[in-house]
Amino acid sequence: MIPAPLHLAGERLMLDPAGALAWPARRLLAVADLHLEKGSALARAGRPVPPYDTRETLLRLLPVLRRWRPARLVALGDSFHDAAGAARLAPGDAALLRRMLEGVETVWVLGNHDPAPPVGLPGEAAAEWAEGPVVFRHEARPGPVAGAEVSGHFHPKATMPTRCGGITRPCFLTDGRRLVLPAFGAYAGGLDIADPALARLFPRGGRAFLLGRERLFAMPAARRAATG
Amino acid sequence: MGTLPEPFAAWFARRGWTPRPHQIAVLEAAAAGASALLVAPTGGGKTLAGFLPSLVALAARPETGRGALHTLYVSPLKALAVDVARNLAAPVAEMGLPVRIETRTGDTPANRRARQRENPPDILLTTPESLALLLSLPEAGALFAGLGAVVVDEIHALAGTKRGDQLALGLSRLATLAPGARRIGLSATVAHPAPLRAFLSPTGRPEAVRLIEAAGGAAPEIAVMLPEGHLPWGGHMGLASAPGIYRRIREARVTIVFVNTRAQAELVFQALWRLNEDNLPIALHHGSLTVEQRRKVEAAMAAGRLRAVVATASLDLGIDWGDVDQVIQVGAPKGVARLLQRVGRANHRMEEPSRAVLVPANRFEVVECAAALEAVAAGELDGDPPRPGGLDVLAQHVLAMACHAPFRPDALYAEVTRAAPYAGLSRRDFDDVLRFVEDGGYALRGYARFRRLFRDAEGLVHVRDARVARQLRLNLGTIVETPMVKVRLRGGPVLGEVEEWFVSTLQPGDCFLFAGQLLRFEALDALTALVSRGGEGEPRVPAYAGSRMPLSTFLAARVRAILHDPARWGALPAPVREWLRLQQRRSALPEKDGLLVESFPRGGRWFLVAYCFEGRLAHQTLGMLVTRRMERLGYGPLGYLATDYVLAAWSAFEPTEVAPLFEEDILGEELEEWMAESSMLRRTFRNIATIAGLIEKHHPGQEKSGRQMTMNADLIYDVLRRHEPDHVLLRATRQEAAAGLTDVSRIALVLARARGRIRHLRLDRVSPLAVPALIEEGREWVAGGAEDALLAEAAALVGEATEGAELFAETLAEVTEGVRIRAGVVDRPRRGRRPPRRAPRGLAGA
Repeated sequence: MIPAPLHLAGERLMLDPAGALAWPARRLLAVADLHLEKGSALARAGRPVPPYDTRETLLRLLPVLRRWRPARLVALGDSFHDAAGAARLAPGDAALLRRMLEGVETVWVLGNHDPAPPVGLPGEAAAEWAEGPVVFRHEARPGPVAGAEVSGHFHPKATMPTRCGGITRPCFLTDGRRLVLPAFGAYAGGLDIADPALARLFPRGGRAFLLGRERLFAMPAARRAATG
Repeated sequence: MGTLPEPFAAWFARRGWTPRPHQIAVLEAAAAGASALLVAPTGGGKTLAGFLPSLVALAARPETGRGALHTLYVSPLKALAVDVARNLAAPVAEMGLPVRIETRTGDTPANRRARQRENPPDILLTTPESLALLLSLPEAGALFAGLGAVVVDEIHALAGTKRGDQLALGLSRLATLAPGARRIGLSATVAHPAPLRAFLSPTGRPEAVRLIEAAGGAAPEIAVMLPEGHLPWGGHMGLASAPGIYRRIREARVTIVFVNTRAQAELVFQALWRLNEDNLPIALHHGSLTVEQRRKVEAAMAAGRLRAVVATASLDLGIDWGDVDQVIQVGAPKGVARLLQRVGRANHRMEEPSRAVLVPANRFEVVECAAALEAVAAGELDGDPPRPGGLDVLAQHVLAMACHAPFRPDALYAEVTRAAPYAGLSRRDFDDVLRFVEDGGYALRGYARFRRLFRDAEGLVHVRDARVARQLRLNLGTIVETPMVKVRLRGGPVLGEVEEWFVSTLQPGDCFLFAGQLLRFEALDALTALVSRGGEGEPRVPAYAGSRMPLSTFLAARVRAILHDPARWGALPAPVREWLRLQQRRSALPEKDGLLVESFPRGGRWFLVAYCFEGRLAHQTLGMLVTRRMERLGYGPLGYLATDYVLAAWSAFEPTEVAPLFEEDILGEELEEWMAESSMLRRTFRNIATIAGLIEKHHPGQEKSGRQMTMNADLIYDVLRRHEPDHVLLRATRQEAAAGLTDVSRIALVLARARGRIRHLRLDRVSPLAVPALIEEGREWVAGGAEDALLAEAAALVGEATEGAELFAETLAEVTEGVRIRAGVVDRPRRGRRPPRRAPRGLAGA
């Protein structure tokens, strides 16, 4: 597993190929859009999709926590698929999550799917979280960035052209001041970085880092087209 | 021999008709209360035969018996139901019969549907989907209680498909609601009528259905036409023959030009109009055009205002065009039964021969046409054995039955197994499907609160609430549409729909061919692609995933026999003989025993072509196994393609050792795990999850913003496979894939033949025989280590060149854009780079 260093506002951050952001100097780890209990939300709506998404997401997060041993975990919002999600956690999953968060100061940044802090879980809730020059929020704020901004919400994915056709993967998207994390949740789909909603945040283009098994793959993100 | 009762005898006599023996036989079967399958070629008065018993019964019915549904007619096409209603109206009016006939399809307005439930017609014409919807209603029992007969039209086109599964389940339910109703199936000539009799049978067994076969009509006259000049090496479009096709259209009264795909329809239509100096009325008909446009073409055809129509399978079935005197099949026919069905569209009179012309598009297809003609002359048809009914369709049916009324699982199981496709359904599978419908049926029982069904103290199964029922009715049906995007002329009408992925590959300014016009893509506005007329550059043609018919293995075997035996080449035209001789010189001819394998570099990859001749389905499976072995040997396989004749695989590195790729032990090696990763399994799962109601169907125009962020079936597939690999939906996926992939024994044959007899030729370029294959569509993507290796390579290229200058994305696209091979996506290979601003080129090159 080879993380990629990224400098934001003079701070050295690490992009983890699993889709998380680590800040070793501050012992901080950030993940976006876990969408826990999305499966049960769909089941409640009459679509009984497999109920293993929460377990799967936690099992993906576990090795990342072990790798970085953060003092603080910042969940960048939409950690639960809906406000009642935390209450629907299966007992085994809830226990696993609590064990994972032991000794970690957890910050639940609130998102549009989970506008209220999760009930019964450790940690504090916040609309935004500032750490040094970096502000962590759920959805990027359009316009110039003072310092640096780390966010989620958009589930960026990108297609890299290769000699055998395009390959699509979730990705980090950054322009050196702003960083959008890929969604971490097992049932979280993706939005192409060329979509106007995402592209308008990067008017001068940027770089995408596509997730791979062992490493990240960088590619330029095009400058926003005039007609976009 | 029996006779017709009055007023039917007089009506026949007035028209100078004598009742045909099969029409009388159907009447006799009905009089005995027996179900019957009528097999007759087109033009045999088949539809009338199917309705005669009902009309006779309705004519004799006392006044008091009116007001109840007597006969239900089911056809695979809405248009056919409408057409049959129109054709029945004439005799009913002329004989003054007290019979009311109505249609009910997805197009029927809500108020008429409500009226039909209140006050049903005597004869209702509908489709399998509309029948499923009717059966899910609480009042279905009352509506169908008095039913006397069910007529299933074009039954050969339904049996063996998921729509057929749904219909079979519906028929079984009808038998419960109306035990006295007899069934009549109408079918074109088929190789094996027994499975159709079983399909129609109230017991699921063929013996319960009488077989009535009409005497065959005159033998068709089928010719083969080659293009003037050069005979193309590859491609399936047949455009080189456009001048010849046009000449034949000019010489005939009315011609149907059948093609195999919608993309081909667009190109052939365009090519014909470029030649159309006489301004002949030539129209276009395919499934992606708007309904209004298709109806307009059909009406013009029926009114005799057209000289020709270029059509896909959208005109294969049903509707009687009357005056068609010539059928031209462009591209190989792919199956003998299908060829005869299409040929039968010409001249709907049994006594006169149908005239047809085959227009092979490439050299392989010439051989295929020759093989098809041999088979027609020998009176041999092809047909596939029936496959078991889909569990996804069953899941939908179980929920629909709960929406109709509470049921007992034992009774429903018994009813379901009386439908032929489910005759072999195990109780375990049934129970698992029922559990799936209830709450997903997962081992982790977290969804008990979200049940869609519940059981009462008596053991009856109920649907939870009205919302579940509403959701089911929105989701009913077994046709899973790929997401489509409307194509609208700026400030003008909607021209039709193309698949969403195709639009996603377009840049503003790109031009493409659709609805018979050259269009310039301007912008994507929500769910509509805005276009204007004209445009420059090389036009692209939308292709549609999965639209190509596979060649029957029966025909493939005949092709193989011809190729093997130079003594039989006499029947082939000179260019084809020359092509085969060239192959002899440059490489080798596939031998009768042994296996010819060629490898050569091309376009930055290594190709490996194996001439197995076991049919496309067997090659598909073999492709997965061989690429898996290539992966282990470090060749970095990237994808493969199965045609009816060959397996072609391509890899990042040269496959130097070929023999290990075809060793028999590849069959034992984690076959299942490898299959599970394949794009085909993912595609299959996507369809199954949609039909079973796990994920929402795409409803045109309904979804909008945030759609890109909705979950796709692949994510569910991955999670489910990891946590509950034996879940009923995964079992259903494997079962369906196995049926689509054919039995492993055929592959074993290839491998046994290959043992110690592989002839591996390393060529410096593609061989003559391999060319047609490499232009085929339908590539399978190999996910594996290769994907990350490719990403690394591309990323490194980016790094070397510019360190992130945005100009580079375009440069890279130019360097690397080749074949797009994603799951479920078929794009045509484009040579070279994106079309630069360039003068329009000949359409034939597109």
